[in-house]
Amino acid sequence: MSSTSPDPEFTGVVRWIDRRLPIFTMMHKEYKAFPVPKNLNYFWSFGALASITLIVMIATGIILAMQYQPNTALAFDSVERIMRDVNYGWLIRYIHMNGASMFFIVVYIHIFRGLYYGSYKEPRELLWILGVIILVLMMGAAFMGYVLPWGQMSLWGATVITNLFSAFPLVGEDLVTLLWGGFSVDNPTLNRFFALHYLLPFVILGVVVLHVAALHIPGSNNPTGIEPKGPQDTVNFHPFMTSKDMIGIGFYLLLFAALVFFAPNFLGHPDNYIPANPQVTPPHIVPEWYFLPYYAILRSFTDDWWVFLVVFSWWGVDAKLAGVLAMFGSLVVLALVPWLDTSRVKSARYRPIYKWAVALFVINFLILGWVGGKEAEEPYVTIAQLSTIYYFLHFLVFMPVIGWIERPKPLPSSISQSVLSPAE
Amino acid sequence: MLTSVKTLSTALGLALAATLAWAGPASAAKAPPPPSQNWSFEGVFGKFDRAAKQRGFQVYTEVCASCHGLRLMSYRNLSALGYTDDEIKAYAAQFEVQDGPDEFGEMFFRPAEPKDRFVEPFANAREAAAANGGAVPPDLTLMTKARKNGADYLYALLTGYRDEAPEGFELSDTQYYNDFYPGHAIAMAPPLWPDGVEYADGTPATVEQQARDLTTFLSWTAEPEMEERKSMGHAVILFILFFIVVAYFNKRRLWAQLH
Repeated sequence: MSSTSPDPEFTGVVRWIDRRLPIFTMMHKEYKAFPVPKNLNYFWSFGALASITLIVMIATGIILAMQYQPNTALAFDSVERIMRDVNYGWLIRYIHMNGASMFFIVVYIHIFRGLYYGSYKEPRELLWILGVIILVLMMGAAFMGYVLPWGQMSLWGATVITNLFSAFPLVGEDLVTLLWGGFSVDNPTLNRFFALHYLLPFVILGVVVLHVAALHIPGSNNPTGIEPKGPQDTVNFHPFMTSKDMIGIGFYLLLFAALVFFAPNFLGHPDNYIPANPQVTPPHIVPEWYFLPYYAILRSFTDDWWVFLVVFSWWGVDAKLAGVLAMFGSLVVLALVPWLDTSRVKSARYRPIYKWAVALFVINFLILGWVGGKEAEEPYVTIAQLSTIYYFLHFLVFMPVIGWIERPKPLPSSISQSVLSPAE
Repeated sequence: MLTSVKTLSTALGLALAATLAWAGPASAAKAPPPPSQNWSFEGVFGKFDRAAKQRGFQVYTEVCASCHGLRLMSYRNLSALGYTDDEIKAYAAQFEVQDGPDEFGEMFFRPAEPKDRFVEPFANAREAAAANGGAVPPDLTLMTKARKNGADYLYALLTGYRDEAPEGFELSDTQYYNDFYPGHAIAMAPPLWPDGVEYADGTPATVEQQARDLTTFLSWTAEPEMEERKSMGHAVILFILFFIVVAYFNKRRLWAQLH
């Protein structure tokens, strides 16, 4: 069996519209007849899950914005009013709050899928870079969203993170003043963060459209990493991939609902139920869990760390700026992966060394997240520093070198052949 | 280390220190984690024990309310404890709220009504601090959500006072030693005493019992939606499981055509 794409025959009103604005033809081409490799596994559902999460976040966010007050005197209480007095306000708010976590869970797995199966390689480099841009935009949106309830972690997290920009030479201080709209995180900051938090999801939506458009040119990668050689290697997106995605969506909703209904604050921080107070600093300021790996990289750069001394200090960069550069750099190297990976084989399934390198990278990323949530004391400092080194080693050294030295396993001649006689 | 700060610049400096320098170990002595208790409202099927909620409300009213507010609660919310409209009206009427301006432009005081928020014990934070040796008693509405291990912590704190600080531990005149308070030196005097309240339902009012009831009550003020949330959750989870089964057979049926 194979994918087929007979031209759709529309009649009546649909035909009238479609001749003038071919949206029905487009939907048919891109979401029904669109050929996808028939060997996709459930990792390929995470793009759809991420799209669904974005829609859920926008929908719940618009409703919350109708009740929320972006004013330092009112914000905290307006959120509590949503929780207590607005009909099902608690439901909408807990969906939005945990939806942010679900978004990052789904997107991190989506990125891991890309790394493991080489989805970033030619001809999908731009698709990958658009994905990294979406990740960065998501981080911005999530960070500003966390500020809105105006709890202690909102205020102090915002203070710590916006202060990072002061590390940049010459413009740093002015940049921070601009971000704040004043000389501390205060009402103007909350106002502009609210405006930007409302804007960014639509920017993300725009980049997602580009991401999907860029996907629909070459089509999906697949677990073999071999491009489809003809209709015998693909199936129609609908109903085959959609029916598979439905199962993925089911399990996704199961986790989402378990969080929302039974552990809505499990992933949050208790301090954010204390109203923001500029006079009292929380003893331990931590960002949300999905930022912890980057936070660990940021904090690794201390004045006496040899990496800092060797790489940064001699050209006049202080430890703070070094940490900021490393944190942003950790995303830049991710965007450069299509050129850092020198192997011609896409899928780690046929790459005996790289397969393990990806596994170690994931473990290391989890370790970074773990130490990122710990207080700044031994042994966590050393662990964070070693993990930071490993993070960059993976991209800047292991990826190119493994591509050169590794002997890939023989590739099947086509997707159909791999399905009939799997390599493993 | 990071304690309260007075000026903006030190606040920012400290925030930076917290981010960008590995400061030494936190100087504040860490309190041990509170022992885990069994609560009626724990777990996916947990509900608030209504009798405990009522007793806890009594403890709040008679012991805590003189210093601690419940500013996010309205008197009408008490119907969830099982009180009638008349009982709630009578309870609210003990308190006075400022209203107005009236037709002559004058502000006036009137008895609180069910629609009003709980009247706060102090007019503002300055008054609260002045009346309590400089420490502002925190609002209790969200207390169990605003602390790690909320309910367990609150119970441990309420029952964790020691008559005397351990040898060598310095306490000021307005501080008390508590095993579970971060840094141990707490400004709140031990609030609960045996038979400090006389329960309407005749339950012996030990310190542990009062602490347990109060914790149940404050867990409810923090999450008044909890029972509705969990029961909706059961329906949603059942629906999703059904959805997964349907999706699974649908997928199998469709993909069977391919082979």
